Amino acid sequence: MSAETKEREPLFSAKNMKLVTKPLNMDNPITVQVLGICSALAVTAKLKPAIVMSISVMVVLAASNVVVSLLRNGIPQRIRIIVQLVVIATMVILVDQVLKAFVYDISKQLSVFVGLIITNCILMGRLEAFAMGNKPWPAFLDGIGNALGYGLILIIIAFFRELLGSGTIFDIHVIPQAFYDLGYKNNGLMILPPMALITVGVIIWIQRNRNRDLIEK
Amino acid sequence: MKALRKFIDKQKPHFQKGGKFHWLESTFDGFETFLFVPNTVTTKGAHIRDSIDMKRTMIVVVLATLPALLFGMWNVGYQHFLSLGETTDFWQNIGYGALKIVPIIIVSYAVGLGIEFYFAQIKGHEINEGYLVTGMLIPLIVPPDIPLWILAVAVAFAVIFGKEVFGGTGMNVVNPALVARAFLFFAYPGDMSGDKVWIADKADTFSGATPLGNALVGNFNHFHSFSDMFMGYIPGSVGETSTLMILIGAAILLFTGIASWRVMVSVFAGGLIMGLLFNWWGANEYMNLPAYYHLVMGGFAFGAVFMATDPVTSAQTSRGKYIYGFLVGMIAILIRVFNPAYPEGMMLAILLMNVFAPLIDHYVVESNIKKRLKRLKVVVNS
Repeated sequence: MSAETKEREPLFSAKNMKLVTKPLNMDNPITVQVLGICSALAVTAKLKPAIVMSISVMVVLAASNVVVSLLRNGIPQRIRIIVQLVVIATMVILVDQVLKAFVYDISKQLSVFVGLIITNCILMGRLEAFAMGNKPWPAFLDGIGNALGYGLILIIIAFFRELLGSGTIFDIHVIPQAFYDLGYKNNGLMILPPMALITVGVIIWIQRNRNRDLIEK
Repeated sequence: MKALRKFIDKQKPHFQKGGKFHWLESTFDGFETFLFVPNTVTTKGAHIRDSIDMKRTMIVVVLATLPALLFGMWNVGYQHFLSLGETTDFWQNIGYGALKIVPIIIVSYAVGLGIEFYFAQIKGHEINEGYLVTGMLIPLIVPPDIPLWILAVAVAFAVIFGKEVFGGTGMNVVNPALVARAFLFFAYPGDMSGDKVWIADKADTFSGATPLGNALVGNFNHFHSFSDMFMGYIPGSVGETSTLMILIGAAILLFTGIASWRVMVSVFAGGLIMGLLFNWWGANEYMNLPAYYHLVMGGFAFGAVFMATDPVTSAQTSRGKYIYGFLVGMIAILIRVFNPAYPEGMMLAILLMNVFAPLIDHYVVESNIKKRLKRLKVVVNS
């Protein structure tokens, strides 16, 4: 017994913390794994929906990672995708109901995209790649880490899109009126989804310039 | 000329490896080869050589745009004073137009070349010549009243995201000048569309609608005459109003063999046929507009001559060029007549077909291979 407790890892061991920090940069779900791009385009016109979306994804991802990890030994290989989908769908519906109950306006802005978390590639990707083969606690951390990495990129994109596209941050005007008087104008293209894609591209560009080993040969 | 050559040769060591300005090597090389044809020769393999190089090619295109540019200057002045109701002479018009357009050209070149030089320098490449033409085309396809800072942003966007990220001149998928225009169109619609922007500082009471704008709202009572549109006495972007001047430019390009006549002819054919189709359909007044009007309205002629023929972004195969040009013409008219949000379809049509050009080429090459394979089999069998 005592030997077993010695082998048990501490909850916040270096290896476990790596699960959280790695997706923030070197293994980022959006810029490196290129998952979940569609929602990154759809919800990042303003900061508020982007943040709510990130939190929703985090809750869904962490919770379904844990549930699937708990079930992992009981799921037959052949129907595992269906089981994973059922778990995700349950979580998504819960989150959707909570959003509708407490932040109705933003829930309306996010419209179908909360529902579409089900099809967000990050979720299936992490469930398949991690939760199916790991214990609940690492799976939980992995979910939190990937959701953080996803949210980080979302928030960066949304920050620039809202600032340049609408001149606001959290719907508060930050670009002084004097600029507008001088002839400054908001960039209408920033509001349109293509610009989110280009912003993602720029982030990937900067990231690979700083971490040379991410560049594909 | 000799003195200049001597001066450059004397400065050269400073910019080569070990010299004190070696980090400016690309810049120096850029200026040197701009002034003189480089004396480097190909050392490996067999090449077909031509005395004309990239920089000389680009200069011819810039020369070809000059008639349209000069006319544009005059027209900007003419439209301005017309809207104020003043009568002015030729030089006053040119002077006013120059005052408006020269800053646009300077900003376009300064920002664009600045970025080009910067990228060439950090990559250690030669400087790409492509911007010589792009920098001239951008001022010609913007309205005369465009705020200069907006133009600078658009130019930077076009050079970086339209060209440099793909690897510079010759590697871009879409025409960078049109990327700049598309950026302006979507990012700052207030400065790029409507009937307020096409005449520089116009009087408020004067209608500044372009023929395209008029056609869109069905205002055919005060429509510009065909000859006005052909000559270019209409409001519009700087260099695109006069079909006559554009045709002079087209003649220069075709005479020197720089632009492809296949693309030009098929763009006009595509536009004309689409126009005729609409005439035949005739569901509303815009569709009943005589088909040949479409060829002189808006940026159609300019796009056909200077934009669609861009050797990098158009189709490369002969048959592909016909298909590409034809579709550009058709789609341009289609967008014009059907989509009220985009009065000028030419820009979007060319950008769209730029993207499809490699696909067209692919199928043209494939079909050619298939055809020749068939021939081969016949020979083998008999």
